[in-house]
Amino acid sequence: MLKFVIRRVLQMGLALFMLSLLLFAWLRALPGGPVSALLGERGSPEAAADLRRQLGLDQPLPVQYVRFVQRALDGDFGISTGVFRGQPAIDIFLTRLPATVELSIFALAIALTLAIPLGYIAARRRGGVLDTGLVISSLVGVAVPVFFLAFVLKYLFAVRWGLLPPSGYQTAGIDATRVTGFAVLDGILTREWDASWDAFRHLLLPAIALSSIPFAVIFRITRASVLDVMDEDYVRTARAKGLRAPVIRVRHIMRNALIPVITIIGLQVGALLAGAVLTEKVFAFPGIGQALALGFETRDYPVLQVLIMMAAIIYIVVNLLVDIAYALIDPRVRTK
Amino acid sequence: MTSYGDTKKARIDALAEAGSLSDDEGVSLWRSAWLRLRKDPVFLIGAAIVTAFVLLAIIAPWIAPHDPAARLLIGEVSRQSNPVPEPRPGFPLGADDRGRDLLSRLIVGSRQTLIVGVLATLGGLIGGLTLGILAGGVGGWVDAAVMRVVDVMLSIPSLLLAFSLAAILEPSQWSVIAAIAIIQVPIFARLLRGSMLSQRHSDHVLAARALGVRPIPIVFRHMLPNAIGPVIVQATLVLAVAIIDAAALSFLGLGNPDDTRPEWGQMLGAAQPYFNSYPHLAFYPAICIVTVALGFTLMGESLREALDPKSRR
Repeated sequence: MLKFVIRRVLQMGLALFMLSLLLFAWLRALPGGPVSALLGERGSPEAAADLRRQLGLDQPLPVQYVRFVQRALDGDFGISTGVFRGQPAIDIFLTRLPATVELSIFALAIALTLAIPLGYIAARRRGGVLDTGLVISSLVGVAVPVFFLAFVLKYLFAVRWGLLPPSGYQTAGIDATRVTGFAVLDGILTREWDASWDAFRHLLLPAIALSSIPFAVIFRITRASVLDVMDEDYVRTARAKGLRAPVIRVRHIMRNALIPVITIIGLQVGALLAGAVLTEKVFAFPGIGQALALGFETRDYPVLQVLIMMAAIIYIVVNLLVDIAYALIDPRVRTK
Repeated sequence: MTSYGDTKKARIDALAEAGSLSDDEGVSLWRSAWLRLRKDPVFLIGAAIVTAFVLLAIIAPWIAPHDPAARLLIGEVSRQSNPVPEPRPGFPLGADDRGRDLLSRLIVGSRQTLIVGVLATLGGLIGGLTLGILAGGVGGWVDAAVMRVVDVMLSIPSLLLAFSLAAILEPSQWSVIAAIAIIQVPIFARLLRGSMLSQRHSDHVLAARALGVRPIPIVFRHMLPNAIGPVIVQATLVLAVAIIDAAALSFLGLGNPDDTRPEWGQMLGAAQPYFNSYPHLAFYPAICIVTVALGFTLMGESLREALDPKSRR
C-alpha cells in the first residue's frame, strides 16, 4: 500500500511539472505576452522594459521557466489588472476559496443524498415508470445549461416569490464573527445561529443549481452499478442463505455498488469547479468561480493565471486522494 | 507508467473495450446494433429530434419570415421605457433589444448552432484520431509520449480548459469552435488508442500480419474499422456538449461577438441582462438548446447501449 501511495505521489509530481510547463506556455501565448499580462494595458513602455528586465525575459527560455516556477512557489503571481485592481492575485484566491468550497460541498451533498437512493430505487424497478422517468429527467438535466437553470431558480424563488435572497454570500451588515472563513460553519462555531441561517439561505439556490451536474452523473452510475451487482453470485448466495432483505441491500449490494460512485466523485470536482464559474456569476456569489468569470470578462491575466493553476492543482490532488481511497477499498487496484 | 486521475482514464478505457468486441453470433456488431436500434423508442425519439434540427438548419434561410440581422423594429426600442419590442402580427415572438425579429433569429440560429457543434466535434475527432492512431498503431515511445500529453490535458477540468483557451484567442466563431474542439482531443485520443490496443493481439490482426500485410494497411483496414464504434458514440454525445459549452462561453463573454448570423448559445448569453424583466428572450433559445442537446444525448446513449455486448440479452 505504501508503495502504491509513493508511486502515485511521484506521478502527481510529474503531472504538476507538466502543468507548470503548460501554464508557462499559456502565459507566452497571451496577447502581448506576460509583460502586458502582469502590467495590464495601462503599463507605460518604461515600466514594461523595466519589468521585462526584472522578469528576465531577455534570458534564454529554460532560465525564464526556472524563474517562473520560483515566483510561483513564492506565491508571486502579480497584481490584478481587472476588477480587483491593485490586489495581489494570490490574495484573491485565498480570500475567496472558502465560499466556493462551502458551495461545492453543499452541492455535492445535495447530489449524493438524492442520487444514490434514487439510483438504487430506479435499478430495483428497472424498466418501470419510475425508472424511465428518472432516467429521462437525468438526461434532461445534462442537456440544460447550468447557468440557465441557475437563472430560472433565481427568477422563481428570489425575484418572483421572494423566498430566498437573489445574490451574495451573506447579508451585508449582519453581525458575523469570522473564524474559518466558511460563513455557515462560522455561525455554528460561534453560536451566531442567525448568521449561519442567513448564509445557508444564500447558499441554497446556487448549491441546487450546481448540484444538477453531479446529480445526473452520480444517479446514472449508481443505477448502472446496482444493476451489475444485483445479478452477482454472492447476492444470490446471500439470498439463498436466508439473509433478510435489508442486510443484503446494505452489506452485499450497496457496499459493492458504491465503489464506482466514489471514483466518479473525484471527477465531478472538475465539473463543479467549472460549473461554479457559471453559477457564481449568476448569483453574484463571491467565490473563486465569480473571480474567474470577472477575470475572463476583463482579461485579468494575473488573476486568471493563479486561479486556473489552483483549480487544476485542487483537481489533481482530489483525484489522487480518490485513487488512494479506491485502493484502500478495492485491493485489486494496488497491484495493477 | 500512468500518472494521476486513473479513474477518468479507466472509464474511457472501459468504453473503448466494450465497444470494440465483435459479436460471435455471426451477425456483425453494426448489423446487430441496427436491428436493436430500429425498435428502440429512445433512439427513435433522439433521431427524430436530430433529423428535424438538421432539416431546419438546411432550409432555415427560406422559411425565416425576416432577415435575422435586420433591425426592423429598432424605431420602437428605447433604453428606458421599452427595451424589448412585444409580439405583434408578423413578429409572433417579438423582437430582441436591437429590434430584430426573434423567430427569424431562432430559425436561422439553428444553422449556426449546427455548424458550431459539428465543426467543434469534427475538430476534436480529427485531432483525437490522429493522436489515437499514432499511439495505438505505432506503439512504443510514440505511444508513451502522446499519452503523457493527453494525460496532462485530462488533468485540467475540461470546461475550465476551454475557457482558458478561449481567453487567449481573438473572440470569434472560430475561437469558440477551437476551444471546444481542443478539449475533446484527449478524450477521443485515449478512447481510440484503447480500442486499437485491444485489437492489436486479436486473431484477425495476427492473421493479417502472418499473411504479410504491411503495418499501415493493418492499422487502417484491419484495426481502425473495428475500433471506431466507441468513437462514434462519443462523437454523438460531444455534439450535445459542444452546443451547451458554446452557450457557456458566450455567457462569460468569451463567445463570438459578431451576432449578424445568430447562434442559440450566443442568443442565450446575450439575453442575460433582460433575464428578470424579459425572460422570454432567454427562454426560447434555451428551449431550443435543451431539445437538440437532448436529441443528440438520447441517440448517443442508445447507440452506446446497442454497441455494448454486455447489455445484449
